[in-house]
Amino acid sequence: MQSTAHAFKDNVEHALVDGNLQQSLALLKVGFSERRRQAVERLPEFEALRDRARDIKNHALAHLDFYLEAFETKVTAHGGHVHWAPTAADARGIILDICREAGARTVTKSKSMIAEEIALNEHLEANGIEPVETDLGEYIIQLRREPPSHIIAPAVHLTKDQVADTFLEHHRKLGFDKRLTERSDLVAEARQVLRRRFQEADVGITGANFLVAETGSSMLVTNEGNADLGNTLPRVHIVIASIEKVIPTLEDAATLLRVLARSATGQESSSYTTFNTGPKRPGDPDGPAQYHVVLLDNGRSGVLGTQMQDMLRCIRCGACMNHCPVYGAIGGHAYGWVYPGPIGAVLTPQLIGVEEAGNLPNASTFCGRCESVCPVRIPLPKLMRHWREREFERHLTPASIRQGLALWAFLARRPALYRRLTGIANRTLALFGRAAGRYAWLPLAGGWTRYRDFPAPQRGGTFHAQWRARGGARR
Amino acid sequence: MRQCAPDAGPPYAHGIVPSVGIPYDLFMTHPPVSAPAPSDRPPGLGLTIGLFVTCLVDMFRPSVGFAAVKLLEDAGCRVVVPDTQTCCGQPAYNSGDRGDARKVAARVIAAFEGFDHVVVPSGSCGGMIAHHFPALFDDDPDMQCRAEAVAGKTHELMSFLVDVLDVRRVAARYEGSVTYHDSCSGLRELGVKAQPRALLASVDGLKLVEMANPEVCCGFGGTFCVKYPDISNAMLIDKTAAIGATGATTLLAGDLGCLMNMAGKLQRDGKAVRVRHTAEVLAGMGDIAAIGEPETP
Repeated sequence: MQSTAHAFKDNVEHALVDGNLQQSLALLKVGFSERRRQAVERLPEFEALRDRARDIKNHALAHLDFYLEAFETKVTAHGGHVHWAPTAADARGIILDICREAGARTVTKSKSMIAEEIALNEHLEANGIEPVETDLGEYIIQLRREPPSHIIAPAVHLTKDQVADTFLEHHRKLGFDKRLTERSDLVAEARQVLRRRFQEADVGITGANFLVAETGSSMLVTNEGNADLGNTLPRVHIVIASIEKVIPTLEDAATLLRVLARSATGQESSSYTTFNTGPKRPGDPDGPAQYHVVLLDNGRSGVLGTQMQDMLRCIRCGACMNHCPVYGAIGGHAYGWVYPGPIGAVLTPQLIGVEEAGNLPNASTFCGRCESVCPVRIPLPKLMRHWREREFERHLTPASIRQGLALWAFLARRPALYRRLTGIANRTLALFGRAAGRYAWLPLAGGWTRYRDFPAPQRGGTFHAQWRARGGARR
Repeated sequence: MRQCAPDAGPPYAHGIVPSVGIPYDLFMTHPPVSAPAPSDRPPGLGLTIGLFVTCLVDMFRPSVGFAAVKLLEDAGCRVVVPDTQTCCGQPAYNSGDRGDARKVAARVIAAFEGFDHVVVPSGSCGGMIAHHFPALFDDDPDMQCRAEAVAGKTHELMSFLVDVLDVRRVAARYEGSVTYHDSCSGLRELGVKAQPRALLASVDGLKLVEMANPEVCCGFGGTFCVKYPDISNAMLIDKTAAIGATGATTLLAGDLGCLMNMAGKLQRDGKAVRVRHTAEVLAGMGDIAAIGEPETP
């Protein structure tokens, strides 16, 4: 998708006045975090599991080449095909070739952030192949021609009424001409429409939550079961996954599953957990004739061994965005590209460049709530700070901020001068602010006083001046 | 592997060692059944504390610094305020300016390494010193050792009183219902959560009413609040709504930045909530003008 990350501030402005979005976010802010809290409370060993999950991913990343090759060997042994895609363009090309080979006219897709990352739908459409999203949220936003606003709840920015209008507009031509108001009716209508699409699809494309090296399995969780229709009904099943999804064993998958759903939705486990290991075998009642796994790098291997490597542990649960007060204020679209929220703020500059996405790691208070809930303990604020350091080193930080910092640093290292200047500022602000106790407006502080008053200093001078005057110990 | 010289530990300057309980009475036929009576000796006696005032307290609200001094002295500590201190370096550190952050941090380390403990009436500045200083000197083993030594003895004020000195109660009175906001760095970097609540529970007349989601950021975030004022304001609206819903007449927190942010918004919206630093109330200074309120001459 075309990035608008450079226009982050404009995106924010629109998001904050979008009534429907704000209505949806109000629900999200309390819903997800409360359900996660309850799930964690029911599992006393949850914190220990987070450590284990972190260690599993760290181990896999430290031996990524080994586990990827082991995975490939197993997939091939089961009669499947592994395709290595260094770039997004390579992945698009590989998938298009497989679809053409299969003579595909329509493909069903289950939710995949990697497919979003490589803009797969646009590429298939441009080449005469119709992709049909089958996750309900993805289906809704596909009808609306919108990108997802959340990595596990792609249509979370929409209200029920907006969905009802969208369905009426697009389903009318299929004979559904009643505007629905009940959630269950909307779901039932989508199922009817999608059932036919499942049956007529030539290729099914799914993502993967994990790739298990030990067995060559790709593992996927859904709550709708759509991926299971998508990977068993068509003749060809394509799995698209990025390289850091590989983990050593089924045992590891079990551990990661225990933290994944709890972190994401507060469920003990997702409704459907499916392991796909190769094409249909002789004697299998169903399954695809062909099984392909496309492994995408797209810059990830370049992160290995750097101070940013921790970001590759991510298992895409969405907990960081569910708990992020910035995400909760502006929603996912404002981030301007595929991955929103705290993980988006560290991943997006890596994938599309810090020049384009420099605002993202800056738009954080470093409150640390994301890190405190991350199931694999990614130090998200630290990684955002690393991006800020890289921006600073490359002089991408705005000149006004650089100059302000230089002046501040000059003074902070000269205590005597610092005391004199803070003393003057303190007395001036106290003098004019004394009567009201605060300022409604201050020069150079428009960002503050646009929305809040600025408290005036207490009278009597700075702390250090008063301490000195009363003869307090200074050494 | 880098080796730092072992920390000598706090010097018990007056020759006082921690109490080991009452002597066992040889003539008793049964072992003592009750716990030894707590010593009347103030828990901080013999400790010299370096107080890191913080730049905001220095400039805007010295009473927080004096409240910290009172609480520490009441616990028996000797308090020293080195006059070479300015700021902890966070503005540079969080803006990606690692070089300047290091230079400022080096000054803080030099100013405070001689004390038994360093105490900070802010979780944010305390977190910077205790949590982030060592990481600033990854490529300088000597400085990193010094940074670690200072980091290891730096505490947020509430945490120091409760976790280190085992202070259980304060002699203070404050009339009315208060609500408490957990400032982010103190909470998540230093584990400040139960300590201020425990001490507030000992204040006569004070009733604590918890707000919804006290652990969610108020939108301050240092330079964030002026770099992204619209987002900051949206977060602040949620926070002040949660404060208002408690019906509490006073808001307390342990970080002046967050307090100024929330006070400014409450006052802009005409809400009659008084905003104070927790230390002020605990030190019996709850009668001075609240943050952003006019002082009577």
